[in-house]
Amino acid sequence: MSTRYGEIVKAGLWDQNVVLTQMLALCPAMAVTTSGTNGLGMGLATTAVLVLSNMAVSSIRKLLSPQVRIPVFVVIIASLVTLVDMTMRAYLHDLHKVLGLFIALIVVNCAILGRAESFAARSAILPSAVDGLAMGLGFTGALTAIGLVREFLGAGTLFAQASSLLGPGFAFLELTLPGVGGALLVILPPGGFAVLGFMLAGKRLLENRRSDAPTPTVATDSPPVTA
Amino acid sequence: MRHDSPATPEPMTAAGADAAPGAGFRERIGYQPVLLGVVALLASGALALASLLTHDAIAAAEARDLRESLTRVLPEGLADNDILTDVIEIPRGDTSVTVYRARRNGRVSAVVFQVSERGYAAQIQLLMAVDADGRTLGVRIIKHSETPGLGDKIEPAKSDWAQGFAGRSLDDPAPAQWAVKKDGGVFDQFAGATVTPRAVVRAVKGGLDFFAAHREQMLGDGS
Repeated sequence: MSTRYGEIVKAGLWDQNVVLTQMLALCPAMAVTTSGTNGLGMGLATTAVLVLSNMAVSSIRKLLSPQVRIPVFVVIIASLVTLVDMTMRAYLHDLHKVLGLFIALIVVNCAILGRAESFAARSAILPSAVDGLAMGLGFTGALTAIGLVREFLGAGTLFAQASSLLGPGFAFLELTLPGVGGALLVILPPGGFAVLGFMLAGKRLLENRRSDAPTPTVATDSPPVTA
Repeated sequence: MRHDSPATPEPMTAAGADAAPGAGFRERIGYQPVLLGVVALLASGALALASLLTHDAIAAAEARDLRESLTRVLPEGLADNDILTDVIEIPRGDTSVTVYRARRNGRVSAVVFQVSERGYAAQIQLLMAVDADGRTLGVRIIKHSETPGLGDKIEPAKSDWAQGFAGRSLDDPAPAQWAVKKDGGVFDQFAGATVTPRAVVRAVKGGLDFFAAHREQMLGDGS
Protein backbone atom coordinates (compact mmCIF):
# COMPACT_ATOMS: atom_id res chain seq x y z
CA MET A 1 0.00 0.00 0.00
CA SER A 2 2.85 2.33 0.72
CA THR A 3 3.78 2.65 -2.93
CA ARG A 4 0.25 3.63 -3.75
CA TYR A 5 0.29 6.46 -1.24
CA GLY A 6 3.59 7.48 -2.77
CA GLU A 7 1.93 7.59 -6.16
CA ILE A 8 -0.95 9.66 -4.82
CA VAL A 9 1.42 12.16 -3.30
CA LYS A 10 3.57 12.36 -6.41
CA ALA A 11 0.49 12.79 -8.60
CA GLY A 12 -0.80 15.62 -6.45
CA LEU A 13 2.46 17.45 -6.16
CA TRP A 14 3.72 17.10 -9.72
CA ASP A 15 2.33 14.63 -12.26
CA GLN A 16 -1.29 15.68 -11.90
CA ASN A 17 -0.69 19.13 -10.45
CA VAL A 18 -4.01 20.95 -10.31
CA VAL A 19 -2.78 24.11 -11.96
CA LEU A 20 0.24 23.08 -13.97
CA THR A 21 -1.10 19.84 -15.46
CA GLN A 22 -4.84 19.64 -15.03
CA MET A 23 -5.20 23.35 -15.76
CA LEU A 24 -8.03 23.56 -13.25
CA ALA A 25 -8.70 26.33 -10.76
CA LEU A 26 -7.14 28.95 -12.99
CA CYS A 27 -9.57 31.57 -11.71
CA PRO A 28 -8.10 31.75 -8.19
CA ALA A 29 -4.66 30.95 -9.59
CA MET A 30 -4.73 34.17 -11.62
CA ALA A 31 -6.76 36.39 -9.36
CA VAL A 32 -4.91 36.16 -6.07
CA THR A 33 -1.32 35.55 -7.09
CA THR A 34 -0.17 39.13 -7.04
CA SER A 35 2.24 38.18 -4.27
CA GLY A 36 3.82 35.07 -2.86
CA THR A 37 2.03 35.54 0.45
CA ASN A 38 -1.36 35.68 -1.23
CA GLY A 39 -0.63 32.55 -3.21
CA LEU A 40 0.47 30.72 -0.10
CA GLY A 41 -2.58 31.80 1.89
CA MET A 42 -5.04 30.84 -0.83
CA GLY A 43 -3.27 27.53 -1.29
CA LEU A 44 -3.35 26.61 2.40
CA ALA A 45 -7.02 27.54 2.80
CA THR A 46 -7.89 25.51 -0.27
CA THR A 47 -5.88 22.56 1.01
CA ALA A 48 -7.88 22.51 4.24
CA VAL A 49 -11.18 22.49 2.38
CA LEU A 50 -9.92 19.92 -0.11
CA VAL A 51 -8.91 17.46 2.60
CA LEU A 52 -12.23 17.87 4.43
CA SER A 53 -14.36 17.62 1.31
CA ASN A 54 -12.50 14.57 0.04
CA MET A 55 -13.02 12.85 3.39
CA ALA A 56 -16.70 13.81 3.54
CA VAL A 57 -17.40 12.65 0.01
CA SER A 58 -15.45 9.45 0.50
CA SER A 59 -17.31 8.60 3.69
CA ILE A 60 -20.68 8.67 1.92
CA ARG A 61 -19.49 7.24 -1.41
CA LYS A 62 -21.41 3.99 -0.95
CA LEU A 63 -24.65 5.93 -0.60
CA LEU A 64 -24.12 8.19 -3.58
CA SER A 65 -26.36 7.88 -6.56
CA PRO A 66 -24.70 8.75 -9.87
CA GLN A 67 -27.60 10.91 -10.98
CA VAL A 68 -27.55 13.33 -8.07
CA ARG A 69 -23.90 13.10 -7.05
CA ILE A 70 -22.95 16.53 -8.43
CA PRO A 71 -25.58 18.45 -6.40
CA VAL A 72 -24.55 16.45 -3.33
CA PHE A 73 -20.90 17.40 -3.87
CA VAL A 74 -21.83 21.05 -4.35
CA VAL A 75 -23.86 21.11 -1.12
CA ILE A 76 -21.04 19.44 0.82
CA ILE A 77 -18.31 21.70 -0.54
CA ALA A 78 -20.29 24.92 -0.09
CA SER A 79 -21.17 23.96 3.50
CA LEU A 80 -17.57 23.09 4.33
CA VAL A 81 -16.31 26.38 2.94
CA THR A 82 -18.87 28.25 5.01
CA LEU A 83 -17.92 26.26 8.11
CA VAL A 84 -14.25 27.00 7.62
CA ASP A 85 -15.07 30.66 7.00
CA MET A 86 -17.12 30.97 10.22
CA THR A 87 -14.61 29.08 12.31
CA MET A 88 -11.72 31.19 11.12
CA ARG A 89 -13.66 34.39 11.57
CA ALA A 90 -14.36 33.44 15.17
CA TYR A 91 -11.09 31.92 16.31
CA LEU A 92 -8.40 32.98 13.81
CA HIS A 93 -9.62 36.46 13.23
CA ASP A 94 -6.36 38.06 12.13
CA LEU A 95 -5.69 35.32 9.63
CA HIS A 96 -9.24 35.67 8.39
CA LYS A 97 -8.71 39.34 7.67
CA VAL A 98 -5.88 38.40 5.33
CA LEU A 99 -7.55 35.38 3.76
CA GLY A 100 -11.20 36.35 4.06
CA LEU A 101 -11.69 37.22 0.44
CA PHE A 102 -10.03 34.03 -0.78
CA ILE A 103 -12.12 31.73 1.36
CA ALA A 104 -15.33 32.66 -0.37
CA LEU A 105 -13.57 32.08 -3.69
CA ILE A 106 -12.82 28.47 -2.75
CA VAL A 107 -16.44 27.55 -3.44
CA VAL A 108 -15.96 28.15 -7.16
CA ASN A 109 -12.69 26.23 -7.25
CA CYS A 110 -13.54 23.43 -9.66
CA ALA A 111 -10.48 21.48 -8.58
CA ILE A 112 -12.29 20.53 -5.35
CA LEU A 113 -15.31 19.24 -7.24
CA GLY A 114 -12.90 17.53 -9.61
CA ARG A 115 -11.17 15.61 -6.82
CA ALA A 116 -14.51 14.67 -5.26
CA GLU A 117 -15.70 13.32 -8.58
CA SER A 118 -12.60 11.60 -9.84
CA PHE A 119 -10.99 10.36 -6.65
CA ALA A 120 -12.89 10.63 -3.38
CA ALA A 121 -16.14 9.14 -4.70
CA ARG A 122 -14.22 5.97 -5.59
CA SER A 123 -11.68 5.61 -2.79
CA ALA A 124 -11.54 4.90 0.90
CA ILE A 125 -11.29 7.72 3.41
CA LEU A 126 -7.56 7.62 4.13
CA PRO A 127 -6.36 7.62 0.51
CA SER A 128 -8.89 10.39 -0.18
CA ALA A 129 -7.49 12.49 2.63
CA VAL A 130 -3.95 11.91 1.36
CA ASP A 131 -5.06 12.81 -2.15
CA GLY A 132 -6.68 16.01 -0.91
CA LEU A 133 -3.55 16.93 1.01
CA ALA A 134 -1.22 16.21 -1.89
CA MET A 135 -3.38 17.98 -4.47
CA GLY A 136 -3.79 20.91 -2.11
CA LEU A 137 -0.07 21.19 -1.48
CA GLY A 138 0.61 20.94 -5.21
CA PHE A 139 -1.88 23.75 -5.74
CA THR A 140 -0.26 25.75 -2.93
CA GLY A 141 3.16 25.26 -4.48
CA ALA A 142 2.03 26.35 -7.92
CA LEU A 143 0.23 29.41 -6.56
CA THR A 144 3.12 30.43 -4.36
CA ALA A 145 5.55 30.08 -7.27
CA ILE A 146 3.37 32.15 -9.61
CA GLY A 147 2.89 34.72 -6.86
CA LEU A 148 6.59 34.97 -6.10
CA VAL A 149 7.52 35.45 -9.77
CA ARG A 150 4.86 38.10 -10.27
CA GLU A 151 5.75 39.85 -7.03
CA PHE A 152 9.46 39.81 -7.80
CA LEU A 153 9.10 41.11 -11.35
CA GLY A 154 6.21 43.43 -10.62
CA ALA A 155 6.98 45.00 -7.28
CA GLY A 156 10.57 44.02 -6.49
CA THR A 157 9.67 42.28 -3.23
CA LEU A 158 9.42 38.69 -2.06
CA PHE A 159 6.83 37.44 0.44
CA ALA A 160 5.77 40.97 1.33
CA GLN A 161 3.61 40.96 4.47
CA ALA A 162 4.26 37.29 5.12
CA SER A 163 4.31 38.05 8.83
CA SER A 164 0.68 39.16 8.79
CA LEU A 165 -0.24 35.75 7.41
CA LEU A 166 2.13 33.43 9.24
CA GLY A 167 2.93 35.43 12.34
CA PRO A 168 5.76 37.77 13.25
CA GLY A 169 8.25 34.89 13.36
CA PHE A 170 8.22 34.77 9.58
CA ALA A 171 9.24 38.36 9.02
CA PHE A 172 12.65 37.12 7.82
CA LEU A 173 10.96 35.88 4.64
CA GLU A 174 10.11 39.39 3.59
CA LEU A 175 12.62 40.77 1.16
CA THR A 176 12.58 44.12 -0.55
CA LEU A 177 15.02 44.69 -3.33
CA PRO A 178 16.29 48.22 -3.07
CA GLY A 179 15.94 50.34 -6.16
CA VAL A 180 13.81 47.86 -8.07
CA GLY A 181 10.54 49.43 -9.11
CA GLY A 182 9.21 46.48 -11.04
CA ALA A 183 7.08 46.19 -14.14
CA LEU A 184 3.48 46.88 -13.23
CA LEU A 185 2.18 44.75 -16.09
CA VAL A 186 3.26 41.59 -14.30
CA ILE A 187 1.01 42.42 -11.34
CA LEU A 188 -1.96 43.19 -13.58
CA PRO A 189 -4.05 40.33 -15.03
CA PRO A 190 -2.08 39.94 -18.32
CA GLY A 191 1.00 39.26 -16.23
CA GLY A 192 -0.79 36.37 -14.56
CA PHE A 193 -1.46 34.73 -17.90
CA ALA A 194 2.08 35.33 -19.12
CA VAL A 195 3.72 33.97 -15.97
CA LEU A 196 1.48 30.90 -15.94
CA GLY A 197 2.28 30.33 -19.61
CA PHE A 198 6.00 30.40 -18.97
CA MET A 199 5.59 28.05 -16.02
CA LEU A 200 3.61 25.53 -18.06
CA ALA A 201 6.22 25.69 -20.79
CA GLY A 202 8.95 25.25 -18.19
CA LYS A 203 7.27 22.20 -16.65
CA ARG A 204 6.85 20.53 -20.06
CA LEU A 205 10.44 21.28 -20.91
CA LEU A 206 11.61 19.75 -17.66
CA GLU A 207 9.54 16.62 -18.19
CA ASN A 208 10.65 16.23 -21.78
CA ARG A 209 14.24 16.57 -20.82
CA ARG A 210 13.92 14.09 -17.98
CA SER A 211 12.69 11.38 -20.29
CA ASP A 212 13.92 11.80 -23.83
CA ALA A 213 10.80 10.10 -25.08
CA PRO A 214 7.58 12.13 -25.00
CA THR A 215 6.16 12.33 -21.51
CA PRO A 216 3.78 9.55 -20.59
CA THR A 217 1.44 11.93 -18.79
CA VAL A 218 -2.04 12.38 -20.05
CA ALA A 219 -1.52 15.97 -20.92
CA THR A 220 0.03 15.43 -24.32
CA ASP A 221 -2.75 17.36 -25.96
CA SER A 222 -1.19 20.46 -24.55
CA PRO A 223 -3.23 23.62 -24.84
CA PRO A 224 -1.58 26.53 -26.63
CA VAL A 225 0.97 28.07 -24.37
CA THR A 226 1.38 31.80 -24.47
CA ALA A 227 4.94 32.86 -24.20
CA MET B 1 -19.38 28.95 -12.10
CA ARG B 2 -17.01 26.45 -13.61
CA HIS B 3 -18.35 23.09 -12.70
CA ASP B 4 -16.85 21.23 -15.59
CA SER B 5 -15.60 17.81 -14.69
CA PRO B 6 -11.89 17.26 -15.11
CA ALA B 7 -10.79 16.14 -18.52
CA THR B 8 -7.97 14.03 -17.19
CA PRO B 9 -8.68 10.37 -16.54
CA GLU B 10 -7.73 9.14 -13.14
CA PRO B 11 -5.08 6.45 -13.51
CA MET B 12 -5.59 4.84 -10.12
CA THR B 13 -9.33 4.39 -10.30
CA ALA B 14 -10.14 2.80 -13.58
CA ALA B 15 -13.31 1.08 -12.45
CA GLY B 16 -15.40 3.48 -10.44
CA ALA B 17 -18.04 2.78 -7.90
CA ASP B 18 -20.86 3.77 -10.21
CA ALA B 19 -20.75 0.40 -11.86
CA ALA B 20 -20.49 -1.60 -8.66
CA PRO B 21 -22.99 -4.46 -8.52
CA GLY B 22 -25.49 -4.95 -5.76
CA ALA B 23 -26.29 -1.27 -5.43
CA GLY B 24 -29.68 -1.34 -7.03
CA PHE B 25 -31.28 0.88 -4.41
CA ARG B 26 -29.20 3.78 -5.65
CA GLU B 27 -30.84 3.57 -9.06
CA ARG B 28 -34.36 3.88 -7.71
CA ILE B 29 -35.98 7.16 -8.57
CA GLY B 30 -37.37 7.60 -5.10
CA TYR B 31 -33.96 7.28 -3.50
CA GLN B 32 -32.38 10.26 -5.21
CA PRO B 33 -34.53 13.08 -3.83
CA VAL B 34 -34.29 11.48 -0.39
CA LEU B 35 -30.48 11.40 -0.63
CA LEU B 36 -30.32 14.99 -1.80
CA GLY B 37 -32.78 16.08 0.86
CA VAL B 38 -30.98 14.35 3.67
CA VAL B 39 -27.62 15.76 2.62
CA ALA B 40 -29.07 19.26 2.37
CA LEU B 41 -30.76 18.85 5.75
CA LEU B 42 -27.57 17.66 7.44
CA ALA B 43 -25.57 20.45 5.83
CA SER B 44 -28.02 23.13 6.94
CA GLY B 45 -28.10 21.63 10.40
CA ALA B 46 -24.34 21.74 10.65
CA LEU B 47 -24.26 25.33 9.39
CA ALA B 48 -26.97 26.45 11.79
CA LEU B 49 -25.15 24.84 14.70
CA ALA B 50 -21.81 26.35 13.70
CA SER B 51 -23.44 29.74 13.26
CA LEU B 52 -24.86 29.54 16.78
CA LEU B 53 -21.55 28.43 18.25
CA THR B 54 -19.42 31.06 16.52
CA HIS B 55 -21.82 33.98 16.69
CA ASP B 56 -20.58 35.41 19.97
CA ALA B 57 -16.92 34.86 19.18
CA ILE B 58 -17.30 36.58 15.82
CA ALA B 59 -19.11 39.55 17.34
CA ALA B 60 -16.40 39.86 19.99
CA ALA B 61 -13.62 39.66 17.42
CA GLU B 62 -15.26 42.29 15.25
CA ALA B 63 -15.75 44.62 18.18
CA ARG B 64 -12.07 44.16 19.03
CA ASP B 65 -11.20 45.00 15.43
CA LEU B 66 -13.27 48.13 15.48
CA ARG B 67 -11.78 49.20 18.78
CA GLU B 68 -8.31 48.70 17.36
CA SER B 69 -9.08 50.75 14.24
CA LEU B 70 -10.58 53.50 16.37
CA THR B 71 -7.57 53.72 18.62
CA ARG B 72 -5.28 53.84 15.60
CA VAL B 73 -6.82 57.03 14.23
CA LEU B 74 -7.21 58.62 17.64
CA PRO B 75 -4.05 59.90 19.32
CA GLU B 76 -3.58 58.43 22.78
CA GLY B 77 -4.95 60.15 25.84
CA LEU B 78 -7.88 61.79 24.09
CA ALA B 79 -10.50 59.46 25.42
CA ASP B 80 -11.32 58.16 28.86
CA ASN B 81 -14.66 56.64 27.89
CA ASP B 82 -15.66 53.54 25.98
CA ILE B 83 -15.77 54.91 22.45
CA LEU B 84 -17.51 51.85 21.09
CA THR B 85 -20.67 52.45 23.08
CA ASP B 86 -20.77 56.23 22.88
CA VAL B 87 -22.22 56.51 19.40
CA ILE B 88 -24.77 58.57 17.57
CA GLU B 89 -26.24 58.01 14.14
CA ILE B 90 -26.34 60.99 11.81
CA PRO B 91 -28.05 60.76 8.43
CA ARG B 92 -25.88 61.54 5.44
CA GLY B 93 -27.39 61.19 1.98
CA ASP B 94 -29.37 57.96 1.81
CA THR B 95 -27.59 56.26 4.66
CA SER B 96 -26.60 57.14 8.16
CA VAL B 97 -23.12 57.46 9.56
CA THR B 98 -22.16 56.02 12.92
CA VAL B 99 -20.20 58.63 14.84
CA TYR B 100 -18.03 57.37 17.70
CA ARG B 101 -17.31 60.00 20.34
CA ALA B 102 -14.18 60.22 22.39
CA ARG B 103 -14.72 62.03 25.68
CA ARG B 104 -12.33 63.38 28.22
CA ASN B 105 -13.81 64.44 31.55
CA GLY B 106 -17.26 64.09 30.05
CA ARG B 107 -16.70 66.51 27.17
CA VAL B 108 -16.45 65.30 23.59
CA SER B 109 -12.84 65.82 22.57
CA ALA B 110 -12.96 64.14 19.21
CA VAL B 111 -15.23 62.12 16.96
CA VAL B 112 -14.43 59.22 14.69
CA PHE B 113 -16.54 58.23 11.72
CA GLN B 114 -16.31 56.41 8.45
CA VAL B 115 -16.41 58.06 5.03
CA SER B 116 -16.16 56.53 1.60
CA GLU B 117 -15.52 57.77 -1.88
CA ARG B 118 -15.34 56.08 -5.25
CA GLY B 119 -11.73 55.34 -6.14
CA TYR B 120 -10.25 53.86 -9.28
CA ALA B 121 -11.66 50.37 -8.84
CA ALA B 122 -14.36 50.57 -6.19
CA GLN B 123 -15.36 52.45 -3.06
CA ILE B 124 -12.49 53.41 -0.79
CA GLN B 125 -13.58 53.30 2.84
CA LEU B 126 -11.69 55.19 5.43
CA LEU B 127 -11.98 56.03 9.07
CA MET B 128 -11.20 59.57 10.15
CA ALA B 129 -10.90 61.26 13.51
CA VAL B 130 -11.73 64.95 13.88
CA ASP B 131 -11.15 66.96 17.03
CA ALA B 132 -13.64 69.40 18.51
CA ASP B 133 -12.06 72.30 16.60
CA GLY B 134 -12.57 70.60 13.26
CA ARG B 135 -8.98 69.51 12.72
CA THR B 136 -8.19 66.10 11.32
CA LEU B 137 -6.45 63.90 13.86
CA GLY B 138 -5.92 60.85 11.73
CA VAL B 139 -7.04 59.12 8.59
CA ARG B 140 -6.88 55.39 8.04
CA ILE B 141 -7.91 53.45 4.97
CA ILE B 142 -9.89 50.42 6.05
CA LYS B 143 -11.00 48.97 2.73
CA HIS B 144 -10.09 49.52 -0.89
CA SER B 145 -9.54 47.66 -4.15
CA GLU B 146 -7.03 49.97 -5.78
CA THR B 147 -4.33 48.68 -8.11
CA PRO B 148 -1.61 46.85 -6.19
CA GLY B 149 1.70 48.62 -6.57
CA LEU B 150 0.12 51.92 -7.60
CA GLY B 151 -2.96 53.03 -5.72
CA ASP B 152 -2.34 50.90 -2.65
CA LYS B 153 0.17 53.39 -1.28
CA ILE B 154 -2.77 54.88 0.60
CA GLU B 155 -2.54 51.88 2.95
CA PRO B 156 -0.78 52.63 6.21
CA ALA B 157 1.29 49.47 5.81
CA LYS B 158 2.67 50.57 2.44
CA SER B 159 3.39 54.26 2.89
CA ASP B 160 2.74 57.03 5.36
CA TRP B 161 0.98 59.17 2.79
CA ALA B 162 -2.33 59.17 4.69
CA GLN B 163 -0.62 60.73 7.71
CA GLY B 164 -0.31 63.93 5.68
CA PHE B 165 -3.90 64.74 6.62
CA ALA B 166 -3.18 65.02 10.33
CA GLY B 167 -3.71 68.55 11.57
CA ARG B 168 -5.49 69.70 8.42
CA SER B 169 -8.81 71.48 8.68
CA LEU B 170 -11.27 73.09 6.30
CA ASP B 171 -9.30 76.33 6.15
CA ASP B 172 -5.85 74.73 6.29
CA PRO B 173 -5.18 74.53 3.39
CA ALA B 174 -7.62 76.96 1.78
CA PRO B 175 -10.65 75.29 0.19
CA ALA B 176 -9.25 75.66 -3.33
CA GLN B 177 -6.11 73.80 -2.31
CA TRP B 178 -7.90 70.77 -0.92
CA ALA B 179 -6.69 68.76 -3.91
CA VAL B 180 -3.70 66.82 -5.14
CA LYS B 181 -0.74 68.79 -6.45
CA LYS B 182 -1.61 67.97 -10.04
CA ASP B 183 -4.90 69.83 -9.55
CA GLY B 184 -3.23 72.79 -7.90
CA GLY B 185 -3.62 71.55 -4.34
CA VAL B 186 -1.19 70.68 -1.57
CA PHE B 187 -1.45 66.88 -1.35
CA ASP B 188 0.99 64.57 -3.12
CA GLN B 189 -0.20 62.19 -5.75
CA PHE B 190 1.64 58.95 -6.53
CA ALA B 191 3.59 58.25 -9.68
CA GLY B 192 1.11 56.58 -11.99
CA ALA B 193 -1.89 57.00 -9.75
CA THR B 194 -3.83 60.22 -9.49
CA VAL B 195 -7.38 58.94 -9.26
CA THR B 196 -6.80 57.18 -5.94
CA PRO B 197 -5.26 60.05 -3.93
CA ARG B 198 -7.77 62.41 -5.53
CA ALA B 199 -10.59 60.25 -4.20
CA VAL B 200 -9.07 60.08 -0.72
CA VAL B 201 -8.58 63.85 -0.59
CA ARG B 202 -12.21 64.30 -1.66
CA ALA B 203 -13.35 61.82 0.98
CA VAL B 204 -11.47 63.59 3.79
CA LYS B 205 -12.70 67.00 2.65
CA GLY B 206 -16.24 65.58 2.53
CA GLY B 207 -15.78 64.23 6.04
CA LEU B 208 -14.70 67.63 7.34
CA ASP B 209 -17.68 69.27 5.63
CA PHE B 210 -19.89 66.65 7.24
CA PHE B 211 -18.39 67.44 10.63
CA ALA B 212 -18.87 71.17 10.11
CA ALA B 213 -22.50 70.67 9.14
CA HIS B 214 -23.30 68.51 12.18
CA ARG B 215 -20.85 69.94 14.68
CA GLU B 216 -23.41 70.79 17.34
CA GLN B 217 -25.05 67.41 17.12
CA MET B 218 -21.76 65.52 17.31
CA LEU B 219 -20.36 67.48 20.22
CA GLY B 220 -23.62 67.82 22.11
CA ASP B 221 -24.78 65.47 24.81
CA GLY B 222 -28.01 64.40 23.16
CA SER B 223 -28.02 61.04 21.49
